[in-house]
Amino acid sequence: MAKKNATDLLTSCEASRQMIEIAAERGIETVFDRAASMRPCPIGAEGICCKNCAMGPCRVVSAKEEGGPAKVGLCGATQETIASRNFARMVAAGAAAHSDHGRGVAEVFLLAARGEIPGYGIKDEQKLLQLGLDFGLDVANLSVQELAVQVGEKCVAMFGQQEGELAFLKRAPLKRQELWRKLRLAPRGIDREVVEVMHRTHTGVDQDYKNITAQAARCALSDGWGGSLIATELQDVMFGTPVPVAGSINLGVLKKDEVNVIVHGHEPLLSEMVVVASQDPELLELAKKQGARGINVAGMCCTANEILMRHGLPIAGNFLQQELAIATGAVDAMVVDVQCIMQAVQKAAENFHTLVITTSPKAMMQGATHIEFDEHDAIATAKKIVRTAVDNFTRRDPSAVNIPDVRTDMVAGFSHETINYLLGGTFRSSYRPLNDNIIGGRIRGIAGVVGCNNARTTDDEPHIILIKELIKNDVIVLTTGCVAMACGKAGLLTPEAAKFCGAGLAEICETVGIPPVLHLGSCVDNSRILMAATAVVKEGGLGDDISELPAAGAAPGWMSEKAVSIGHYFVASGVYTIFGTTFPTLGSSTFTDYLFNGLEETWGGMWDFEPDPLKMAAKMIAHIDKKRAALGIDKARERVLMDMAMRRELEAT
Amino acid sequence: MSKIICTAAINGAHAIARRVETTYARVLKNYGPDQEIGFPDTAYFLPIIYAMLGIAVKNLGDCQLVFERARRLLPRPVRDNMPLPYLAPALDAGMATLFYEEIDEAMRYLEKPDFYLRGEDVGDDNIWLGAASDVILRKRGVEFVDGSAPGFAAIVGAAPDSETARKIAEELQTKNLYVFMASQDNGRCFARQLVEAGVQIGWGTRLVPFSPDISGAVFALGFACRAAMAFGGIKPGDFRKNLIYNKDRIFAFVLAMGTVTDEWYANAAGCINFGFPVIADTPIPAVLPTGICTYEHVVPNVPHDQMVARAVEIRGLKVTVTEVPIPVAYGPAFEGERVRGDDIYFECGGGRTQMVEFSVLRQMDEVEDGRIEVVGPDIPDIEPGTKLPLAIYVEIAGRKMQEDFLPILERQIHHLINYAQGIMHIGQRDISWIRLARQAVDKGFTFKDIGRILHAMYHKDFGKILDKVQVTIFTEEERVQKVLKEAREAYSLRDARIANLTDEVEGVYYSCTLCQSFAPSHVCVITPERTGLCGAYNWLDCKAAFEINPTGPNQPIEKGVENDGRTGNWRGVNEFVAQASRGKVQNVNAYSIMQDPMTSCGCFECIAAYLDQFNGVMTVDRDFKGDNTPCGMKFTTLAGSVGGGAVTPGFVGHSKHYICSGKFLKAEGGIARLVWMPSQLKEELRDKINARGEALGVSNLADRIADETVGMSQEEILPFLKEKKHPALEMESMI
Repeated sequence: MAKKNATDLLTSCEASRQMIEIAAERGIETVFDRAASMRPCPIGAEGICCKNCAMGPCRVVSAKEEGGPAKVGLCGATQETIASRNFARMVAAGAAAHSDHGRGVAEVFLLAARGEIPGYGIKDEQKLLQLGLDFGLDVANLSVQELAVQVGEKCVAMFGQQEGELAFLKRAPLKRQELWRKLRLAPRGIDREVVEVMHRTHTGVDQDYKNITAQAARCALSDGWGGSLIATELQDVMFGTPVPVAGSINLGVLKKDEVNVIVHGHEPLLSEMVVVASQDPELLELAKKQGARGINVAGMCCTANEILMRHGLPIAGNFLQQELAIATGAVDAMVVDVQCIMQAVQKAAENFHTLVITTSPKAMMQGATHIEFDEHDAIATAKKIVRTAVDNFTRRDPSAVNIPDVRTDMVAGFSHETINYLLGGTFRSSYRPLNDNIIGGRIRGIAGVVGCNNARTTDDEPHIILIKELIKNDVIVLTTGCVAMACGKAGLLTPEAAKFCGAGLAEICETVGIPPVLHLGSCVDNSRILMAATAVVKEGGLGDDISELPAAGAAPGWMSEKAVSIGHYFVASGVYTIFGTTFPTLGSSTFTDYLFNGLEETWGGMWDFEPDPLKMAAKMIAHIDKKRAALGIDKARERVLMDMAMRRELEAT
Repeated sequence: MSKIICTAAINGAHAIARRVETTYARVLKNYGPDQEIGFPDTAYFLPIIYAMLGIAVKNLGDCQLVFERARRLLPRPVRDNMPLPYLAPALDAGMATLFYEEIDEAMRYLEKPDFYLRGEDVGDDNIWLGAASDVILRKRGVEFVDGSAPGFAAIVGAAPDSETARKIAEELQTKNLYVFMASQDNGRCFARQLVEAGVQIGWGTRLVPFSPDISGAVFALGFACRAAMAFGGIKPGDFRKNLIYNKDRIFAFVLAMGTVTDEWYANAAGCINFGFPVIADTPIPAVLPTGICTYEHVVPNVPHDQMVARAVEIRGLKVTVTEVPIPVAYGPAFEGERVRGDDIYFECGGGRTQMVEFSVLRQMDEVEDGRIEVVGPDIPDIEPGTKLPLAIYVEIAGRKMQEDFLPILERQIHHLINYAQGIMHIGQRDISWIRLARQAVDKGFTFKDIGRILHAMYHKDFGKILDKVQVTIFTEEERVQKVLKEAREAYSLRDARIANLTDEVEGVYYSCTLCQSFAPSHVCVITPERTGLCGAYNWLDCKAAFEINPTGPNQPIEKGVENDGRTGNWRGVNEFVAQASRGKVQNVNAYSIMQDPMTSCGCFECIAAYLDQFNGVMTVDRDFKGDNTPCGMKFTTLAGSVGGGAVTPGFVGHSKHYICSGKFLKAEGGIARLVWMPSQLKEELRDKINARGEALGVSNLADRIADETVGMSQEEILPFLKEKKHPALEMESMI
């Protein structure tokens, strides 16, 4: 059990702190307790345990004495082969998770486009049109419905595509596309690349760590520029492209006198419908009858980000708060779908009236209530779920309810399209002001800080320390996933957070009216960061490739395999990407050195690792400064005064 | 603090929207939806709305659509705590404001047709000029193109006193900028302050009083929108291109003088969409980051004596002003200033006394550079009203000077003298005419200053070809007569030289890409017999311009192999144009209107159009005020659809002078094809038209050409042409 006086070491979140103590008092075990009682496997953590065949598992640790020979597996596989295979399999698992999410969205989208399922429609025709253009469809002569069907078919087909390359690669800067083709990194299809990673990492297949790294990149790119992008784009078309919206976050959003439904997981397909069902007059009436003042839908993990971005609905918390939410005793139903749902929530729920409702046939859980999501009648499923929660309200024990009075306001909803709008309005929308101010130096660079929470570090803390250090140095931060939520809790997603910024960034924030940390959505929405980076390149003045931008990526508190896939697609897209907490290849110095130093020359991007968030910030800023120097924008910009001759030199607008 | 500004701008936009919608409800009730509305004499409807939304507002009913769009642009007010991003909504609110105000001003034209004056000049009681007509737009727009006016300052409010207003206006004038004035502060307005200070205002002096209300801002921005459509070839509704065009090419800014109200902020937000920054004399918040504008967006608290300099720097504009050592202000802005009535201190020429201007080429050792001499009485020696003859005798030497350049230099005398504040100059050669204002004389202006002007400006503009300039002003009858005799002999030699220059004889033509600052794919090909279509540049001018600036917009074109002498097609010309138009134009027939005619920028003096029903061609000049021509479009509409650097078979822009060139429409049979032209233009060219007609075997051609007094339609014109036996009716088909 966690010690009271030690909770500060566990988390920097006030609500979590309170709930960890309450859970301890009630004898409810949480991830924080388990983290204290079980250390990570030191050999697995470093990526040098191979259990890909039954001759092993082989633990290929280095010799104790300096310079001594490293062990090899029974088959002779070296440290670097084993570490790279394990790394590639993490990428494949992460890419599979994102892409399978994307497939689910694409399938529902196609059904909806064909008019086969009620409840879903087209909310963003503009984006649908853009997708039509991406696929080279005859958009001018198709009705919206016809276009949607064809776009849906194209998206679904990308998963099973066997030849050529993914259509979305064409969105990338030309220089990057050429590089991918030259290095054979361009994914041919989404599923194919996952399968090939699994094949090549099977015992006795690919035993060249560089070749494995390349295939891992092809697989990761099929996520970032494939599965995840499909998920983001089609979700936007169906549910609306996010625009700035106010919301609030932390366990304090749970309501004592309302039915509390937490939607937890990743896909918005169901949660969107739960939102609709929660506003159903009949169910509201039922809730009143049960003595509740209303139905409060709050999110958790990336599902939370999805409904926040599009509806401004409150977020109960991020990954490490899922058990703590249940410990409030106020959750009438925790509705889960896929990814990042701890099996421990069911055990925690058994201390209370809380029902854990699983909804995906892909993700069931012993002891939980299963109400399967039927996309053919999504509203009915959603209503059934909400009704179950409402019915469960009467079983709530008011004396067991402990909701910490902690919540923070925030502004979210920054799709890359909306950033374009925010920088110039309807008539002058463009990334020009961003580029201009990067060139001019008010903004030193761009950082994407994303990823998870990890119980091996103080929850939320490295994220916040890193990000505050970045914005203090005028680096604007784009964020998604659980890091975005940590920022929300720490008040960094408000315009007022400009007070933490250096003078240049503060001035930009104040001018545009934005927070210095922009919440771009869920973890599949890291695709939005790729799109934003590409938009910055295409706006001009900052080089011809993502790798030339004064930008860096980080995941200070990562834990899931999805993070490794994301990291690797960022690296393969040209971004310097640094992870914190732990790094899964450290057991092989050769392979690690290749990732950290060897890739840059060919890919432009590379990996790095630094557990100390302040040092991490320093490394990111150093990289940004290096890129600024290479672009020649490390000096003060001259004011160019134009005369008529110079105006004639302007190209046609 | 951008938040304060955005909050105010959005609030201001809502206030304006409410007011205009209320007015509209009343006006609609009184007049009905079919009532025509609009600004006078323009083909661009309500120009901002037309440029941004592509909506042609013709009647009150059309406004509904605009309101719908404007309402969608109006954002919610900015929340005090946890505001959502406000910059973009404020910019949208600014644009909505402009839409509302344009409709408001159009309703004012409907309800109070006499509120604004028409034309370029202010009256004694009413000074407000309102929307510029397309005639003004074309005439003034050319100055934006050739750089004699790099942009404009939109002044809202009033200076603390008239003297400050005068100083600011004069500084802007000397920087060649137009000054567009609207609104007032505490009941005072900048334009009236200028009148109080004795400054001449109106389009002629570039000090344009638009409106006593802030809504008059739309006249300035509407002018900018139209410039982009007229000269940049930007299509209505292509808002992004139009705004970027303005940001990059029209160097305008706002000077906010006095208390900045919410409604001013709303208009300022509209201006920032165009990339026009705001410079204020009050301690309002600043918006310094760059992006929408090239540099800062809002700069407050600028002292009056620094406002103009700061504004020019903030806008990113380079204005090179040559210091001319004379006691009065100097610049193109003073060119249109008049001197009349009691203000005249001295006058000569104009039929009262003889005046002559003459320049002569000398050897280097025959000229003492900078020597300026007045032979005879100068201003301090005479009483006001004294009549004197005057000769301006300029002696020039330079290693790169040629006889051919003399007429070019001499022609500059007119505007160079006119640029001086308080000096008016008309005509040239032996028919020139000059007036000196009392105010200029009070400041110490003398005849010697005329010499100082010519010496300084010749060196500035022509320093590459001349080394020495010496000016003598004669005011004694005998000496003037002597100069006159010498000059007249030279004039006739020069005229003969011009007459002998032909396209066939010369192997080198010249390009003019001056207008590429506005129409990026336009290339004028200037041959001895085909002047630039603006009328301002002939072959000799270009030849001199190339000498002066070898990398400038006038480049020699080796015409190369003649592909077709009838249509005026040469290999070298095609190659040059393809490269200079960045590949947009590959083949040019200099003498044809039907097949690959030359591109047209936006500043052509005339535009010719093929008329199929007469098997002929009409032409119309930009001064023609009629609402229509036989091709169904008035000048501005024609210009709008043909200009911007496009090639449009059946249409071609040209200069007035070119009508009487032997190469005019040569591919189609020459001037004998001309079936219609405005009567005023016909009278101006009558003798030359007839002479050219004679050469083609047609007598009294001018009388055979129809004009607006005959009519615009086929029924009106055809009987006339038949009666007059117009040659075009008998010629082979043009297609």
